[in-house]
Amino acid sequence: MVNVLLPVTTIWCREIIRFYRQRSRLLSAIAQPLVFWILIGSGLSASFQPSGKSEETTYIEYFYPGIVVLVLLFTAVFATISVVNERREGFLQGVLIAPVARWKVVLGQALGGTTLALFQGVLLLFLAPLIGIRFGLTSLCLTLGVMVILAFGLTNLGLIIAWRMDSTQGFHAIMNLILIPIWLLSGAFFPSDGAPSWLAWVMKLNPLTYGVAAFRKSLYFDTATTNGYIPTWEFSILVISMFCILTYMGATFTASAKTV
Amino acid sequence: MNNKITVENLTHSYGTRCALDDISFTVSRGEIFCLLGPNGSGKTTLFKILSTLMKPTYGSVDILGFDLNTKTKDIRKLLGVVFQHPGLDIKLTVTENLRHHGHLYGLKGKILKHRIFELLERFGISDRSQDIVEELSGGLRRRVEIAKAMLHSPSVLLLDEPSSGLDVGSRRQLSDQLNMLATTENILILLTTHHLDEADLSTRVGMLDSGRLVTIGTPDELKDTIAGDVVLIETTNGDTLSQAIAESFEVSQKITDNYIHIECQQGHEFVKEVVAAFPNEIQSVRVGKASLEDVFIKLTGNPFV
Repeated sequence: MVNVLLPVTTIWCREIIRFYRQRSRLLSAIAQPLVFWILIGSGLSASFQPSGKSEETTYIEYFYPGIVVLVLLFTAVFATISVVNERREGFLQGVLIAPVARWKVVLGQALGGTTLALFQGVLLLFLAPLIGIRFGLTSLCLTLGVMVILAFGLTNLGLIIAWRMDSTQGFHAIMNLILIPIWLLSGAFFPSDGAPSWLAWVMKLNPLTYGVAAFRKSLYFDTATTNGYIPTWEFSILVISMFCILTYMGATFTASAKTV
Repeated sequence: MNNKITVENLTHSYGTRCALDDISFTVSRGEIFCLLGPNGSGKTTLFKILSTLMKPTYGSVDILGFDLNTKTKDIRKLLGVVFQHPGLDIKLTVTENLRHHGHLYGLKGKILKHRIFELLERFGISDRSQDIVEELSGGLRRRVEIAKAMLHSPSVLLLDEPSSGLDVGSRRQLSDQLNMLATTENILILLTTHHLDEADLSTRVGMLDSGRLVTIGTPDELKDTIAGDVVLIETTNGDTLSQAIAESFEVSQKITDNYIHIECQQGHEFVKEVVAAFPNEIQSVRVGKASLEDVFIKLTGNPFV
Protein backbone atom coordinates (compact mmCIF):
# COMPACT_ATOMS: atom_id res chain seq x y z
CA MET A 1 0.00 0.00 0.00
CA VAL A 2 2.78 2.38 0.97
CA ASN A 3 4.58 1.59 -2.24
CA VAL A 4 1.47 2.11 -4.34
CA LEU A 5 0.95 5.56 -2.90
CA LEU A 6 4.59 6.64 -2.76
CA PRO A 7 4.58 8.14 -6.28
CA VAL A 8 1.27 9.87 -5.53
CA THR A 9 2.49 11.48 -2.33
CA THR A 10 5.82 12.48 -3.81
CA ILE A 11 4.15 14.29 -6.70
CA TRP A 12 1.69 15.84 -4.27
CA CYS A 13 4.50 17.09 -2.02
CA ARG A 14 6.40 18.52 -4.94
CA GLU A 15 3.44 20.73 -5.85
CA ILE A 16 3.34 22.07 -2.30
CA ILE A 17 7.09 22.77 -2.19
CA ARG A 18 6.91 24.54 -5.54
CA PHE A 19 4.08 26.68 -4.23
CA TYR A 20 6.04 27.52 -1.12
CA ARG A 21 9.02 28.62 -3.22
CA GLN A 22 6.95 30.87 -5.47
CA ARG A 23 4.30 32.12 -3.07
CA SER A 24 3.95 35.54 -4.65
CA ARG A 25 2.98 34.10 -8.02
CA LEU A 26 0.23 31.95 -6.63
CA LEU A 27 -1.02 34.47 -4.14
CA SER A 28 -1.79 36.71 -7.09
CA ALA A 29 -4.52 34.17 -7.84
CA ILE A 30 -6.24 35.50 -4.76
CA ALA A 31 -5.64 39.19 -5.42
CA GLN A 32 -7.61 39.53 -8.64
CA PRO A 33 -10.81 37.94 -7.29
CA LEU A 34 -10.51 40.12 -4.19
CA VAL A 35 -10.34 43.28 -6.26
CA PHE A 36 -13.34 42.07 -8.31
CA TRP A 37 -15.23 41.39 -5.15
CA ILE A 38 -14.61 44.76 -3.58
CA LEU A 39 -15.12 46.85 -6.73
CA ILE A 40 -18.00 45.00 -8.35
CA GLY A 41 -19.53 44.09 -5.01
CA SER A 42 -19.60 47.69 -3.84
CA GLY A 43 -20.55 49.08 -7.23
CA LEU A 44 -23.55 46.83 -7.73
CA SER A 45 -24.77 46.80 -4.15
CA ALA A 46 -27.21 49.67 -4.63
CA SER A 47 -28.82 48.31 -7.79
CA PHE A 48 -28.95 44.64 -6.75
CA GLN A 49 -32.46 43.53 -5.79
CA PRO A 50 -32.80 39.77 -5.88
CA SER A 51 -36.38 38.73 -6.41
CA GLY A 52 -38.04 37.32 -3.31
CA LYS A 53 -34.99 37.37 -1.09
CA SER A 54 -34.52 38.78 2.33
CA GLU A 55 -33.64 42.40 1.88
CA GLU A 56 -30.65 42.23 4.14
CA THR A 57 -28.60 40.30 1.57
CA THR A 58 -26.35 42.89 0.07
CA TYR A 59 -24.66 42.25 -3.25
CA ILE A 60 -21.26 42.10 -1.63
CA GLU A 61 -22.57 39.25 0.50
CA TYR A 62 -24.30 37.54 -2.42
CA PHE A 63 -21.10 37.77 -4.45
CA TYR A 64 -18.90 36.28 -1.70
CA PRO A 65 -19.38 32.54 -2.38
CA GLY A 66 -18.79 33.19 -6.08
CA ILE A 67 -15.51 34.91 -5.29
CA VAL A 68 -14.34 31.98 -3.18
CA VAL A 69 -15.16 29.64 -6.07
CA LEU A 70 -13.26 31.96 -8.44
CA VAL A 71 -10.21 31.75 -6.17
CA LEU A 72 -10.47 27.96 -6.27
CA LEU A 73 -10.74 28.08 -10.05
CA PHE A 74 -7.79 30.46 -10.49
CA THR A 75 -5.60 28.47 -8.13
CA ALA A 76 -6.48 25.23 -9.92
CA VAL A 77 -5.50 26.85 -13.21
CA PHE A 78 -2.26 28.27 -11.83
CA ALA A 79 -1.37 24.93 -10.30
CA THR A 80 -1.96 22.96 -13.50
CA ILE A 81 -0.68 25.30 -16.19
CA SER A 82 2.92 24.29 -15.42
CA VAL A 83 2.11 20.82 -16.77
CA VAL A 84 2.22 22.25 -20.29
CA ASN A 85 5.89 23.27 -20.11
CA GLU A 86 7.16 20.74 -17.63
CA ARG A 87 6.16 17.94 -19.93
CA ARG A 88 8.74 19.03 -22.47
CA GLU A 89 11.24 20.74 -20.23
CA GLY A 90 11.39 19.90 -16.57
CA PHE A 91 10.47 17.42 -13.92
CA LEU A 92 7.51 15.83 -15.71
CA GLN A 93 9.72 14.48 -18.51
CA GLY A 94 11.17 12.10 -15.97
CA VAL A 95 7.75 11.23 -14.58
CA LEU A 96 6.55 10.28 -18.08
CA ILE A 97 9.17 7.56 -18.45
CA ALA A 98 9.15 6.39 -14.84
CA PRO A 99 7.48 3.04 -14.11
CA VAL A 100 4.46 4.80 -12.60
CA ALA A 101 0.88 4.44 -13.86
CA ARG A 102 -0.65 7.65 -15.12
CA TRP A 103 -3.60 7.51 -12.73
CA LYS A 104 -1.14 7.89 -9.89
CA VAL A 105 0.59 10.81 -11.56
CA VAL A 106 -2.73 12.58 -12.11
CA LEU A 107 -3.91 11.80 -8.59
CA GLY A 108 -0.74 13.33 -7.13
CA GLN A 109 -1.08 16.43 -9.27
CA ALA A 110 -4.78 16.79 -8.50
CA LEU A 111 -4.23 16.43 -4.75
CA GLY A 112 -1.45 19.01 -4.95
CA GLY A 113 -3.68 21.52 -6.74
CA THR A 114 -6.53 20.77 -4.34
CA THR A 115 -4.35 21.46 -1.32
CA LEU A 116 -3.21 24.80 -2.72
CA ALA A 117 -6.73 25.85 -3.72
CA LEU A 118 -8.04 24.87 -0.31
CA PHE A 119 -5.31 26.88 1.38
CA GLN A 120 -6.22 29.99 -0.58
CA GLY A 121 -9.94 29.39 -0.12
CA VAL A 122 -9.47 29.16 3.64
CA LEU A 123 -7.64 32.50 3.61
CA LEU A 124 -10.78 33.98 2.10
CA LEU A 125 -13.02 32.32 4.68
CA PHE A 126 -11.47 34.57 7.29
CA LEU A 127 -13.11 37.51 5.52
CA ALA A 128 -16.62 36.08 5.85
CA PRO A 129 -17.30 37.54 9.32
CA LEU A 130 -16.43 41.00 7.98
CA ILE A 131 -19.52 40.99 5.80
CA GLY A 132 -21.73 39.56 8.50
CA ILE A 133 -21.65 35.87 7.65
CA ARG A 134 -21.48 33.90 10.89
CA PHE A 135 -21.04 30.18 10.80
CA GLY A 136 -20.87 27.45 13.40
CA LEU A 137 -18.85 24.25 13.40
CA THR A 138 -21.24 22.23 11.20
CA SER A 139 -21.30 24.99 8.69
CA LEU A 140 -17.52 25.30 8.69
CA CYS A 141 -16.99 21.56 8.20
CA LEU A 142 -19.53 21.37 5.40
CA THR A 143 -18.04 24.41 3.71
CA LEU A 144 -14.54 22.95 3.87
CA GLY A 145 -15.87 19.63 2.53
CA VAL A 146 -17.52 21.32 -0.42
CA MET A 147 -14.34 23.29 -1.09
CA VAL A 148 -12.31 20.09 -1.19
CA ILE A 149 -14.67 18.47 -3.69
CA LEU A 150 -14.83 21.59 -5.83
CA ALA A 151 -11.08 22.20 -5.76
CA PHE A 152 -10.37 18.58 -6.72
CA GLY A 153 -12.84 18.75 -9.61
CA LEU A 154 -11.54 22.10 -10.88
CA THR A 155 -7.90 21.00 -10.65
CA ASN A 156 -8.74 17.92 -12.67
CA LEU A 157 -10.53 20.11 -15.20
CA GLY A 158 -7.33 22.18 -15.38
CA LEU A 159 -5.30 19.00 -15.83
CA ILE A 160 -7.48 17.81 -18.70
CA ILE A 161 -6.75 21.07 -20.50
CA ALA A 162 -3.07 21.26 -19.52
CA TRP A 163 -2.25 17.69 -20.62
CA ARG A 164 -3.86 18.36 -23.96
CA MET A 165 -2.25 21.74 -24.68
CA ASP A 166 1.11 22.30 -26.30
CA SER A 167 1.43 25.94 -25.29
CA THR A 168 0.50 28.03 -22.29
CA GLN A 169 -1.09 30.57 -24.66
CA GLY A 170 -3.57 27.88 -25.64
CA PHE A 171 -4.33 27.32 -21.98
CA HIS A 172 -5.00 31.04 -21.46
CA ALA A 173 -7.33 31.08 -24.45
CA ILE A 174 -9.34 28.17 -23.02
CA MET A 175 -9.37 29.92 -19.67
CA ASN A 176 -10.87 33.09 -21.13
CA LEU A 177 -13.25 31.43 -23.54
CA ILE A 178 -14.50 28.54 -21.44
CA LEU A 179 -13.54 28.65 -17.78
CA ILE A 180 -14.46 32.27 -17.07
CA PRO A 181 -17.90 32.00 -18.77
CA ILE A 182 -18.54 28.79 -16.83
CA TRP A 183 -17.89 30.74 -13.68
CA LEU A 184 -19.95 33.75 -14.79
CA LEU A 185 -22.92 31.51 -15.47
CA SER A 186 -22.76 29.55 -12.23
CA GLY A 187 -24.90 31.81 -10.13
CA ALA A 188 -21.70 33.25 -8.70
CA PHE A 189 -22.22 36.59 -10.39
CA PHE A 190 -26.00 36.84 -10.62
CA PRO A 191 -28.87 34.53 -9.68
CA SER A 192 -30.60 32.56 -12.40
CA ASP A 193 -34.18 33.53 -11.49
CA GLY A 194 -33.87 37.03 -12.94
CA ALA A 195 -32.16 35.80 -16.11
CA PRO A 196 -33.94 35.17 -19.45
CA SER A 197 -35.08 31.57 -19.73
CA TRP A 198 -32.42 30.46 -22.24
CA LEU A 199 -29.73 31.74 -19.92
CA ALA A 200 -31.41 30.17 -16.92
CA TRP A 201 -31.26 26.85 -18.76
CA VAL A 202 -27.60 27.23 -19.55
CA MET A 203 -27.02 27.92 -15.87
CA LYS A 204 -29.05 24.89 -14.90
CA LEU A 205 -26.84 22.66 -17.10
CA ASN A 206 -23.62 24.16 -15.80
CA PRO A 207 -22.03 21.84 -13.22
CA LEU A 208 -20.38 24.77 -11.46
CA THR A 209 -23.86 26.16 -10.65
CA TYR A 210 -24.21 23.26 -8.25
CA GLY A 211 -20.78 23.91 -6.84
CA VAL A 212 -21.65 27.51 -6.04
CA ALA A 213 -25.06 26.45 -4.70
CA ALA A 214 -23.56 23.76 -2.45
CA PHE A 215 -21.02 26.22 -1.16
CA ARG A 216 -23.63 28.91 -0.50
CA LYS A 217 -25.92 26.49 1.26
CA SER A 218 -23.12 25.11 3.44
CA LEU A 219 -22.07 28.60 4.42
CA TYR A 220 -25.57 29.38 5.76
CA PHE A 221 -26.19 25.89 7.13
CA ASP A 222 -26.42 26.96 10.77
CA THR A 223 -28.32 30.17 10.25
CA ALA A 224 -31.60 29.39 8.60
CA THR A 225 -31.28 32.16 6.03
CA THR A 226 -32.47 30.74 2.75
CA ASN A 227 -31.56 32.61 -0.30
CA GLY A 228 -33.93 30.65 -2.51
CA TYR A 229 -31.67 28.64 -4.80
CA ILE A 230 -33.09 26.17 -7.20
CA PRO A 231 -30.92 23.11 -6.57
CA THR A 232 -31.16 21.45 -3.16
CA TRP A 233 -28.03 20.90 -1.10
CA GLU A 234 -28.10 17.10 -1.51
CA PHE A 235 -28.55 17.27 -5.26
CA SER A 236 -25.77 19.85 -5.57
CA ILE A 237 -23.37 17.64 -3.64
CA LEU A 238 -24.30 14.73 -5.88
CA VAL A 239 -23.65 16.75 -9.04
CA ILE A 240 -20.26 18.10 -7.94
CA SER A 241 -19.17 14.67 -6.71
CA MET A 242 -20.00 13.27 -10.14
CA PHE A 243 -18.16 16.19 -11.69
CA CYS A 244 -15.13 15.31 -9.55
CA ILE A 245 -15.10 11.67 -10.59
CA LEU A 246 -15.65 12.41 -14.27
CA THR A 247 -12.95 15.08 -14.47
CA TYR A 248 -10.49 12.82 -12.66
CA MET A 249 -11.22 10.02 -15.09
CA GLY A 250 -10.95 12.47 -17.96
CA ALA A 251 -7.59 13.77 -16.73
CA THR A 252 -6.22 10.24 -16.32
CA PHE A 253 -7.42 9.33 -19.79
CA THR A 254 -5.88 12.46 -21.32
CA ALA A 255 -2.58 11.94 -19.52
CA SER A 256 -2.43 8.29 -20.59
CA ALA A 257 -3.07 9.10 -24.22
CA LYS A 258 -0.37 11.75 -24.23
CA THR A 259 3.18 10.53 -24.55
CA VAL A 260 5.15 13.74 -24.84
CA MET B 1 17.33 -10.87 -19.63
CA ASN B 2 20.35 -10.47 -21.90
CA ASN B 3 23.01 -7.81 -22.24
CA LYS B 4 22.04 -6.10 -25.44
CA ILE B 5 19.84 -3.53 -27.06
CA THR B 6 18.74 -4.87 -30.43
CA VAL B 7 17.01 -2.56 -32.89
CA GLU B 8 15.59 -4.17 -36.01
CA ASN B 9 14.14 -2.47 -39.08
CA LEU B 10 13.02 0.47 -37.00
CA THR B 11 10.95 2.91 -39.04
CA HIS B 12 9.06 5.96 -37.91
CA SER B 13 7.02 8.51 -39.80
CA TYR B 14 5.32 11.70 -38.70
CA GLY B 15 2.42 11.68 -41.14
CA THR B 16 4.10 11.42 -44.52
CA ARG B 17 7.52 12.59 -43.37
CA CYS B 18 9.79 9.66 -42.71
CA ALA B 19 11.99 10.40 -39.69
CA LEU B 20 13.61 7.00 -39.31
CA ASP B 21 14.14 4.67 -42.24
CA ASP B 22 14.74 0.98 -41.59
CA ILE B 23 17.34 1.23 -38.84
CA SER B 24 19.03 -1.84 -37.34
CA PHE B 25 21.87 -2.07 -34.86
CA THR B 26 22.98 -3.82 -31.69
CA VAL B 27 24.68 -2.38 -28.61
CA SER B 28 26.08 -4.38 -25.69
CA ARG B 29 26.58 -3.57 -22.03
CA GLY B 30 29.83 -1.82 -21.27
CA GLU B 31 29.81 0.01 -24.57
CA ILE B 32 29.40 3.72 -25.11
CA PHE B 33 27.45 3.87 -28.32
CA CYS B 34 27.13 7.21 -29.99
CA LEU B 35 24.45 8.19 -32.49
CA LEU B 36 26.09 10.93 -34.49
CA GLY B 37 24.18 13.06 -36.91
CA PRO B 38 23.41 16.63 -37.86
CA ASN B 39 20.22 18.31 -36.61
CA GLY B 40 17.14 16.76 -38.15
CA SER B 41 18.81 13.43 -38.87
CA GLY B 42 16.39 11.49 -36.68
CA LYS B 43 18.46 11.23 -33.50
CA THR B 44 15.82 12.67 -31.24
CA THR B 45 13.07 10.51 -32.74
CA LEU B 46 15.17 7.41 -32.14
CA PHE B 47 15.90 8.63 -28.63
CA LYS B 48 12.21 9.14 -27.86
CA ILE B 49 11.42 5.63 -29.04
CA LEU B 50 14.21 4.05 -26.99
CA SER B 51 13.23 5.98 -23.88
CA THR B 52 9.60 4.69 -24.18
CA LEU B 53 8.13 8.11 -24.92
CA MET B 54 6.92 7.12 -28.35
CA LYS B 55 5.88 3.96 -30.18
CA PRO B 56 7.57 3.36 -33.53
CA THR B 57 5.52 3.02 -36.72
CA TYR B 58 7.28 -0.20 -37.64
CA GLY B 59 10.10 -2.44 -36.47
CA SER B 60 11.16 -3.95 -33.19
CA VAL B 61 13.30 -2.87 -30.28
CA ASP B 62 14.51 -5.29 -27.65
CA ILE B 63 16.12 -3.85 -24.54
CA LEU B 64 18.01 -6.41 -22.43
CA GLY B 65 15.53 -9.09 -23.48
CA PHE B 66 12.33 -7.05 -23.07
CA ASP B 67 10.25 -6.08 -26.06
CA LEU B 68 9.66 -2.34 -26.17
CA ASN B 69 6.07 -2.62 -27.36
CA THR B 70 4.81 -5.08 -24.79
CA LYS B 71 7.11 -4.84 -21.76
CA THR B 72 7.23 -1.07 -21.36
CA LYS B 73 7.01 -1.14 -17.59
CA ASP B 74 9.87 -3.64 -17.20
CA ILE B 75 12.00 -1.58 -19.54
CA ARG B 76 11.28 1.66 -17.70
CA LYS B 77 12.78 0.21 -14.52
CA LEU B 78 16.00 -0.59 -16.38
CA LEU B 79 16.43 2.79 -18.05
CA GLY B 80 18.15 5.88 -16.78
CA VAL B 81 17.44 8.81 -19.08
CA VAL B 82 19.03 12.24 -19.45
CA PHE B 83 16.99 14.48 -21.69
CA GLN B 84 18.27 17.21 -23.93
CA HIS B 85 16.04 19.73 -22.21
CA PRO B 86 16.75 19.96 -18.51
CA GLY B 87 14.71 17.38 -16.60
CA LEU B 88 15.13 18.91 -13.18
CA ASP B 89 12.67 20.99 -11.22
CA ILE B 90 14.60 24.25 -10.94
CA LYS B 91 12.61 25.41 -7.92
CA LEU B 92 13.70 22.38 -5.91
CA THR B 93 17.04 21.68 -4.27
CA VAL B 94 19.40 19.07 -5.66
CA THR B 95 18.49 16.60 -2.91
CA GLU B 96 14.77 17.21 -3.32
CA ASN B 97 15.00 16.48 -7.03
CA LEU B 98 16.79 13.23 -6.35
CA ARG B 99 14.43 12.25 -3.55
CA HIS B 100 11.29 12.70 -5.67
CA HIS B 101 12.91 10.77 -8.47
CA GLY B 102 13.80 7.95 -6.09
CA HIS B 103 10.22 7.78 -4.83
CA LEU B 104 8.96 7.38 -8.39
CA TYR B 105 11.16 4.30 -8.68
CA GLY B 106 10.02 2.87 -5.35
CA LEU B 107 13.15 3.80 -3.40
CA LYS B 108 12.61 5.29 0.05
CA GLY B 109 13.86 5.82 3.56
CA LYS B 110 17.42 4.95 4.54
CA ILE B 111 18.23 3.14 1.30
CA LEU B 112 17.26 6.17 -0.73
CA LYS B 113 19.14 8.54 1.55
CA HIS B 114 22.24 6.43 1.31
CA ARG B 115 21.99 6.15 -2.47
CA ILE B 116 21.57 9.91 -2.86
CA PHE B 117 24.60 10.51 -0.67
CA GLU B 118 26.63 8.02 -2.69
CA LEU B 119 25.78 9.60 -6.04
CA LEU B 120 26.32 13.16 -4.87
CA GLU B 121 29.77 12.08 -3.69
CA ARG B 122 30.61 10.32 -6.90
CA PHE B 123 29.62 13.21 -9.12
CA GLY B 124 31.31 15.73 -6.84
CA ILE B 125 28.20 17.72 -5.95
CA SER B 126 27.84 16.91 -2.23
CA ASP B 127 28.58 20.49 -1.26
CA ARG B 128 25.74 21.73 -3.47
CA SER B 129 23.13 19.26 -2.24
CA GLN B 130 21.00 21.89 -0.50
CA ASP B 131 21.18 24.43 -3.31
CA ILE B 132 18.16 25.26 -5.41
CA VAL B 133 18.84 23.94 -8.92
CA GLU B 134 18.10 27.39 -10.39
CA GLU B 135 21.33 28.65 -8.81
CA LEU B 136 23.58 26.00 -10.38
CA SER B 137 25.66 26.39 -13.53
CA GLY B 138 24.91 24.38 -16.66
CA GLY B 139 27.73 21.93 -16.05
CA LEU B 140 26.65 21.27 -12.48
CA ARG B 141 23.03 20.81 -13.52
CA ARG B 142 24.06 18.22 -16.07
CA ARG B 143 25.92 16.35 -13.36
CA VAL B 144 22.84 16.42 -11.15
CA GLU B 145 20.81 15.09 -14.08
CA ILE B 146 23.16 12.17 -14.57
CA ALA B 147 23.18 11.48 -10.83
CA LYS B 148 19.37 11.50 -10.98
CA ALA B 149 19.30 9.13 -13.94
CA MET B 150 21.68 6.76 -12.14
CA LEU B 151 19.81 6.88 -8.82
CA HIS B 152 17.76 3.72 -9.32
CA SER B 153 20.82 1.79 -10.57
CA PRO B 154 19.69 1.38 -14.19
CA SER B 155 21.43 -1.06 -16.55
CA VAL B 156 21.01 1.24 -19.52
CA LEU B 157 21.78 4.95 -19.61
CA LEU B 158 20.33 7.00 -22.46
CA LEU B 159 21.52 10.56 -23.00
CA ASP B 160 20.16 13.00 -25.57
CA GLU B 161 22.77 15.60 -26.57
CA PRO B 162 24.35 15.50 -23.11
CA SER B 163 27.13 17.91 -23.96
CA SER B 164 25.03 20.67 -25.49
CA GLY B 165 25.48 23.92 -23.63
CA LEU B 166 28.57 22.71 -21.77
CA ASP B 167 32.01 24.30 -21.94
CA VAL B 168 35.05 22.28 -22.97
CA GLY B 169 36.06 21.47 -19.39
CA SER B 170 32.62 20.21 -18.36
CA ARG B 171 32.41 18.24 -21.57
CA ARG B 172 35.64 16.40 -20.81
CA GLN B 173 34.47 15.72 -17.27
CA LEU B 174 31.21 14.34 -18.60
CA SER B 175 32.95 11.96 -20.92
CA ASP B 176 35.25 10.78 -18.11
CA GLN B 177 32.22 10.07 -15.96
CA LEU B 178 30.49 8.15 -18.73
CA ASN B 179 33.63 6.12 -19.30
CA MET B 180 33.76 5.23 -15.64
CA LEU B 181 30.11 4.12 -15.65
CA ALA B 182 30.61 1.96 -18.72
CA THR B 183 33.81 0.28 -17.56
CA THR B 184 33.37 -0.09 -13.80
CA GLU B 185 29.62 -0.71 -13.67
CA ASN B 186 29.14 -2.41 -17.01
CA ILE B 187 26.36 -0.03 -17.96
CA LEU B 188 25.15 0.21 -21.52
CA ILE B 189 25.45 3.84 -22.54
CA LEU B 190 23.76 5.18 -25.62
CA LEU B 191 24.01 8.85 -26.42
CA THR B 192 23.16 11.15 -29.27
CA THR B 193 25.33 14.04 -30.30
CA HIS B 194 26.23 16.39 -33.08
CA HIS B 195 29.65 17.06 -31.59
CA LEU B 196 32.30 15.15 -33.51
CA ASP B 197 34.79 15.21 -30.65
CA GLU B 198 32.25 13.54 -28.38
CA ALA B 199 31.72 10.77 -30.92
CA ASP B 200 35.48 10.30 -31.08
CA LEU B 201 35.49 9.36 -27.40
CA SER B 202 32.85 6.64 -27.64
CA THR B 203 33.48 2.96 -28.25
CA ARG B 204 31.27 2.78 -31.32
CA VAL B 205 29.56 5.30 -33.55
CA GLY B 206 26.45 5.05 -35.68
CA MET B 207 26.07 7.84 -38.21
CA LEU B 208 22.59 9.06 -38.98
CA ASP B 209 21.64 11.13 -41.98
CA SER B 210 18.05 11.97 -42.96
CA GLY B 211 16.69 9.07 -40.94
CA ARG B 212 19.06 6.45 -42.33
CA LEU B 213 21.87 4.74 -40.47
CA VAL B 214 24.71 5.40 -42.91
CA THR B 215 27.47 3.48 -41.20
CA ILE B 216 28.44 1.93 -37.91
CA GLY B 217 31.80 1.09 -36.33
CA THR B 218 34.51 2.21 -33.92
CA PRO B 219 35.81 5.74 -34.57
CA ASP B 220 39.09 4.27 -35.88
CA GLU B 221 37.37 1.79 -38.17
CA LEU B 222 35.31 4.59 -39.65
CA LYS B 223 38.31 6.85 -40.18
CA ASP B 224 40.21 3.98 -41.81
CA THR B 225 37.66 3.93 -44.60
CA ILE B 226 39.45 7.04 -45.84
CA ALA B 227 42.90 6.11 -47.07
CA GLY B 228 45.57 8.75 -46.50
CA ASP B 229 44.86 12.41 -45.91
CA VAL B 230 41.99 14.77 -46.44
CA VAL B 231 42.60 18.09 -48.17
CA LEU B 232 40.02 20.79 -47.79
CA ILE B 233 40.03 23.56 -50.37
CA GLU B 234 38.02 26.72 -49.95
CA THR B 235 36.99 28.33 -53.17
CA THR B 236 34.30 30.57 -54.60
CA ASN B 237 33.71 28.38 -57.60
CA GLY B 238 33.52 24.79 -56.38
CA ASP B 239 32.10 23.07 -59.45
CA THR B 240 34.52 24.47 -62.02
CA LEU B 241 37.57 23.99 -59.83
CA SER B 242 36.53 20.48 -58.94
CA GLN B 243 36.22 19.62 -62.61
CA ALA B 244 39.62 21.09 -63.36
CA ILE B 245 41.17 19.12 -60.49
CA ALA B 246 39.53 15.94 -61.73
CA GLU B 247 41.19 16.48 -65.13
CA SER B 248 44.69 16.87 -63.70
CA PHE B 249 44.69 14.60 -60.63
CA GLU B 250 43.31 11.20 -59.77
CA VAL B 251 41.58 11.85 -56.47
CA SER B 252 38.06 11.41 -55.11
CA GLN B 253 36.20 14.60 -54.31
CA LYS B 254 33.05 15.83 -52.61
CA ILE B 255 31.72 19.36 -52.75
CA THR B 256 29.87 21.04 -49.88
CA ASP B 257 28.98 24.71 -50.28
CA ASN B 258 32.28 26.56 -50.87
CA TYR B 259 34.51 23.64 -49.96
CA ILE B 260 36.00 20.77 -51.93
CA HIS B 261 36.93 17.74 -49.84
CA ILE B 262 39.66 15.65 -51.41
CA GLU B 263 40.97 12.26 -50.35
CA CYS B 264 44.57 11.52 -51.31
CA GLN B 265 47.56 9.44 -50.20
CA GLN B 266 50.20 12.16 -49.85
CA GLY B 267 48.35 15.25 -48.67
CA HIS B 268 51.27 17.67 -48.48
CA GLU B 269 52.56 16.72 -51.96
CA PHE B 270 49.13 17.14 -53.45
CA VAL B 271 48.67 20.55 -51.82
CA LYS B 272 51.86 21.87 -53.40
CA GLU B 273 50.81 20.74 -56.84
CA VAL B 274 47.22 21.84 -56.63
CA VAL B 275 48.08 25.33 -55.34
CA ALA B 276 50.66 25.73 -58.11
CA ALA B 277 48.14 24.59 -60.71
CA PHE B 278 45.22 26.80 -59.58
CA PRO B 279 46.76 29.77 -57.74
CA ASN B 280 43.83 32.12 -58.33
CA GLU B 281 40.88 29.88 -57.66
CA ILE B 282 41.94 28.68 -54.20
CA GLN B 283 41.17 30.83 -51.18
CA SER B 284 42.47 28.54 -48.46
CA VAL B 285 43.75 25.00 -48.01
CA ARG B 286 43.74 22.68 -45.04
CA VAL B 287 45.34 19.29 -44.91
CA GLY B 288 44.97 16.66 -42.21
CA LYS B 289 44.15 13.12 -41.16
CA ALA B 290 40.63 11.96 -41.80
CA SER B 291 38.08 12.99 -39.16
CA LEU B 292 34.62 11.60 -38.51
CA GLU B 293 33.28 14.63 -40.33
CA ASP B 294 35.22 13.62 -43.43
CA VAL B 295 33.76 10.14 -43.17
CA PHE B 296 30.27 11.58 -42.91
CA ILE B 297 30.79 13.82 -45.92
CA LYS B 298 32.28 10.99 -47.93
CA LEU B 299 29.34 8.68 -47.18
CA THR B 300 26.49 11.14 -47.52
CA GLY B 301 27.81 13.89 -49.76
CA ASN B 302 26.19 16.32 -47.32
CA PRO B 303 27.93 18.82 -45.10
CA PHE B 304 27.78 17.99 -41.39
CA VAL B 305 25.72 20.83 -39.98
